[in-house]
Amino acid sequence: MTFPLQDLLTILPELIVIGTACLILALDPILEATKKDVLAWLTLGALAMCIGLTSSQMTGRVSAFSGMVVIDAYAAFWKLLLYIVTGLTVLLSLAYLKAERLSIGEYYGFILLALAGMMVMVSGADLLTIYLGTELMSLSLYVMAGLKRTEARSLEASAKYFVLGAFSSGVLLYGISLLFGLAGSTGLSAIAAAITAHGTGDPLLSLALVLLAVGFGFKMAVVPFHMWTPDVYQGAPTSVTAFMAVASKAASFGAFLRVFVEGLGAASADWSVLFTVVCLATLALGNLVAIVQTNIKRMLAYSSIAHAGYALIGVVVAGGHSGEGASTGFASVLLYIAIYSFMTLGAFALVGMLRKEGQESDQIEDYAGLAKREPLAAFFMLVFLVSLAGIPPTAGFIGKFYIFMAAVNGGMTWLAIVAVIFAAISAFYYLRIVMVMYMREAEGSIATHSRLETSPALSLVLACALAGVVLLGLFPNGLWSLASQAAPLLK
Amino acid sequence: MSDSIDLIVKLIPLFPLMAVIVNGLFGHRYSHDLAHRFAWGSVLMSFLCVLAVFTETLRTGAAREVVAYKWIFGGDLTINLAYLIDPLTCIMLLVITGVGFLIHVYSVGYMHGESGFTRFFVYMNLFMVSMLLLVMGNNYVVLFIGWEGVGLCSYLLIGYYYDKVSAAKAATKAFVVNRIGDAGFLLAIFLVFVNFRTLDYTQVMQNAAQLSPEMATAIALCLLIGAVGKSAQLPLYTWLPDAMEGPTPVSALIHAATMVTAGVYMIVRNHAIFDLSPTAMTTVAWIGGLTALFAATIGLVQTDIKRVLAYSTVSQLGYMFLGCGLGAYTAAVFHLMTHAFFKALLFLSAGSVIHALSGEQDIRKMGALKSKIPWTHTLFLIGTIAIAGIPPLAGFWSKDEIMGHAFVHHHYVLYGMAAVGAFLTSFYMFRLTYLTFYGTSRLDHHTAEHVHESPMVMIGPLVVLASLSVIGGFPGVPPENGWFHHFLHSVAGVAGEEHATAPALMLGLMGTATVIALLGWGLAHYFYSGPSSAADALAARMPGVYTTLLNKYFVDELYDRLFVEPTKQIGRLCDWFDRTIIDGLVRSIDRGTDASSAAITWTEKHVVYAGLNIIGYANHLLARSWRRLQTGMVHQYAAIIVAGLFILVHLILLIWTGSGSNGYLSR
Repeated sequence: MTFPLQDLLTILPELIVIGTACLILALDPILEATKKDVLAWLTLGALAMCIGLTSSQMTGRVSAFSGMVVIDAYAAFWKLLLYIVTGLTVLLSLAYLKAERLSIGEYYGFILLALAGMMVMVSGADLLTIYLGTELMSLSLYVMAGLKRTEARSLEASAKYFVLGAFSSGVLLYGISLLFGLAGSTGLSAIAAAITAHGTGDPLLSLALVLLAVGFGFKMAVVPFHMWTPDVYQGAPTSVTAFMAVASKAASFGAFLRVFVEGLGAASADWSVLFTVVCLATLALGNLVAIVQTNIKRMLAYSSIAHAGYALIGVVVAGGHSGEGASTGFASVLLYIAIYSFMTLGAFALVGMLRKEGQESDQIEDYAGLAKREPLAAFFMLVFLVSLAGIPPTAGFIGKFYIFMAAVNGGMTWLAIVAVIFAAISAFYYLRIVMVMYMREAEGSIATHSRLETSPALSLVLACALAGVVLLGLFPNGLWSLASQAAPLLK
Repeated sequence: MSDSIDLIVKLIPLFPLMAVIVNGLFGHRYSHDLAHRFAWGSVLMSFLCVLAVFTETLRTGAAREVVAYKWIFGGDLTINLAYLIDPLTCIMLLVITGVGFLIHVYSVGYMHGESGFTRFFVYMNLFMVSMLLLVMGNNYVVLFIGWEGVGLCSYLLIGYYYDKVSAAKAATKAFVVNRIGDAGFLLAIFLVFVNFRTLDYTQVMQNAAQLSPEMATAIALCLLIGAVGKSAQLPLYTWLPDAMEGPTPVSALIHAATMVTAGVYMIVRNHAIFDLSPTAMTTVAWIGGLTALFAATIGLVQTDIKRVLAYSTVSQLGYMFLGCGLGAYTAAVFHLMTHAFFKALLFLSAGSVIHALSGEQDIRKMGALKSKIPWTHTLFLIGTIAIAGIPPLAGFWSKDEIMGHAFVHHHYVLYGMAAVGAFLTSFYMFRLTYLTFYGTSRLDHHTAEHVHESPMVMIGPLVVLASLSVIGGFPGVPPENGWFHHFLHSVAGVAGEEHATAPALMLGLMGTATVIALLGWGLAHYFYSGPSSAADALAARMPGVYTTLLNKYFVDELYDRLFVEPTKQIGRLCDWFDRTIIDGLVRSIDRGTDASSAAITWTEKHVVYAGLNIIGYANHLLARSWRRLQTGMVHQYAAIIVAGLFILVHLILLIWTGSGSNGYLSR
């Protein structure tokens, strides 16, 4: 079997990422333990090349491998976002692995393999390609979640994630097979054509729709398929948690939107009702349960569930519309996830590096008096939390503003009302951290031992995340126009 | 000329912003002296700019829009960071920068020696930036940024004494209650956008008349929710008394003179929408009237000097809302301004008392301070007379105008409530004065030794505020036809206000108001001027009333029971649900499934059991190596995924039922 050179050139970024991953896995045994940092720089180099390549693929729509893969502005948007968050994760990992005294070279290889999976997910135009990408991503993440081999919690996280992930993949695959049975093809355009030809009133189609929704819902961590999230986020090494919360969620949203718009767009009346229910459940559960958490990683896990709920509002609104309204809805989802990535990554970066006697200091109580001990770190955290709560002029406000605006414009004012109320509630748990940091004295061992382990790499991550949160808040237009160009139109 | 004024307008919020950045980043590197000079210096610069802009507005009389930069645009949505300078903005700016400057200077003395001195001024300046944006913005989004910004700064400043648990709790409460109001406000913004396709005030107000009455009511009520939260009106007032945990200059600046009046500003700014909805207007008036009376009754028995002033603030804000609800917008803004003068004066004088007594705030432990701190006594007395509404001080003119408006437009019940409120205000304010400065000394020995008058840096600003409290009412004389009314006519004048009142009636109302105020004074004099026990006897005679008032009608406890605890309970319940799932749920869903269509049963057989088998097998493999793994949980998690799947399947069948089956099965 041969591929035309043109097709290989189209997926050059993916090839670079996979090639670098293989190179890292090969170099790892050769390198001395003290020189593993080289691998991180190699990773960053590969990402820089990819950014350059993908930036040139922003216009037009190129299909490759007989329509299995498509490169368009939409894929490019997600890929650029993924490169950036992966780059920041690599920098964070440099600091984090050192603090954890983990010297694992293949770690960077797994990050790149996961990234390759995500890239395939967002540019797949065929359900099987997308499934392939999902599996590549998930398998890498299972391993990464269990990286702290000596810690039971990390292993447990990995095992849980694997078992449930395998289960949800099964559901996804089952949905795909049903669609294949109905349409005679797994290509998204062929499925769309079949649905248009036969109409949407078929129970098997509905079943396939639900199965796909469950499969993607698991990856996006929306209620009721979110159960794994708090356990896994808490147990996994924090740099991996950050990567899962941001990159994996972004890629899942990317693939999910492409499948449901390009493939199942004709059935949007059905799935928008479905996701309305999921969205409401996600908003309610995510925000309410976050209130009672005492571990900051668990709290951020529920926060990330809640944020997926806000993003789903855009999907629901777009699903109920065609043309301009749909485009605005999808664009607001893209914008929201991008903004969410910066603030969540920033928050997790700080969480990972606040340590007590070599251990992660991840109880909310440990943040008492942080403003006195580490004024700068506390200020960074304040900005990230304020942004997560959606308070202007941070980027978090812009994200919510566009989402709610889309809902009101799309005639779903009631949904905006519900979301606004939950956003008001969310201030309670975000501001609680601020309160602990700024308004409570540290007691006992926290005062003496809990401190931020700084390093140039961490400073760079935090500076980038902060810049993202502040600049996107003050100048959102660049990102918005990118998102609008990338937003797919319902056909 | 025009360009240079535009530049000056842009500079107004920039000066405090620069102070925030410089003090925030480098404040720890230099002395406190330099830090506070940056802080008040920047506000002074803003004040000078405001004076220039004010003079220009006086000269031209025209509104001016200045675009700082294009912020959000795309599609049909354009939002600029832009300012609107009209007479209403000018008055607000003068109050904010003028009173703000005085309070900054006072803080230099008051906060002297506190840890976190620089941090305090950073927050204060950040507050100034937000407040300036709030009143200067030419569209709702800039207003909202300022709105959230002042809330955040208020939160940080209430919690300034973070070693006090009560302060941290009060801060959170203030923020969360405000967020409820903000949610309403945000909805109003969306509704405005849907109806007008723009968020600029000028265009919205021009086209306001095209709104349907129902939509106008909806928007106005959403705006009102926001205003009620920010301005501490019924039923969202509970945070303001607790906010007194913050340093006293904060109480004066944020919780008396500026931030809490943002709700009034917002209603006046949107009066074109409120005017369209009699329902909303009536609601505003009644909320204002009820709050004015309700808060005044609580103020009667409080024993913390700052809390009395806090309830008095809530009550006075009620008068402003009452004015708005009656369409007397100019009178409301007038009262906003005079209130800023005398309430800042009262709070800062109270701060001077607290300063003199080394932190004591309980008026039961004060008394006979008149001779010991004579300056503070005189200044506090001026403030008391001003708020009590005794002519010719500032409070009389503005309060009388609102009450007169109620009477003239036949809202006799509201007038009665306002009049009783005025009587109570006069009573509790003079009670406060008598208990603090007169009678016998109840100071404990240790405190009494250290009583001292405050330094000039604190007394100086107070003298300026006292002068303003004395003369601040004159721009509004004669009532309904003074300079103030003419200046604001273009933005806040409405048909209702041009109603000419007969001079005799006007004088009669003024006389009545004066008599009411004097009666309150007289009663306070009878109860509290001497060592009489009449007040205690009265309290003993009516224990039920006294306890209810002392406990603020138990509203805090009620809200805790009704809202706070249930929310936490639901959170805990969901958390528990997330951790340990009831098998019954899964079983009942199974049972429900049996009854459903063939497709689902088929799925259950092939997907679920297959899935569960996979899990079982995987678990079996895992259990060998990791025995501590909580395998049961994984089962349950998977079961929940299946449960969710079935719920969605049922849902889609529900949608699908009814639409004709023309799909693949029937082929």
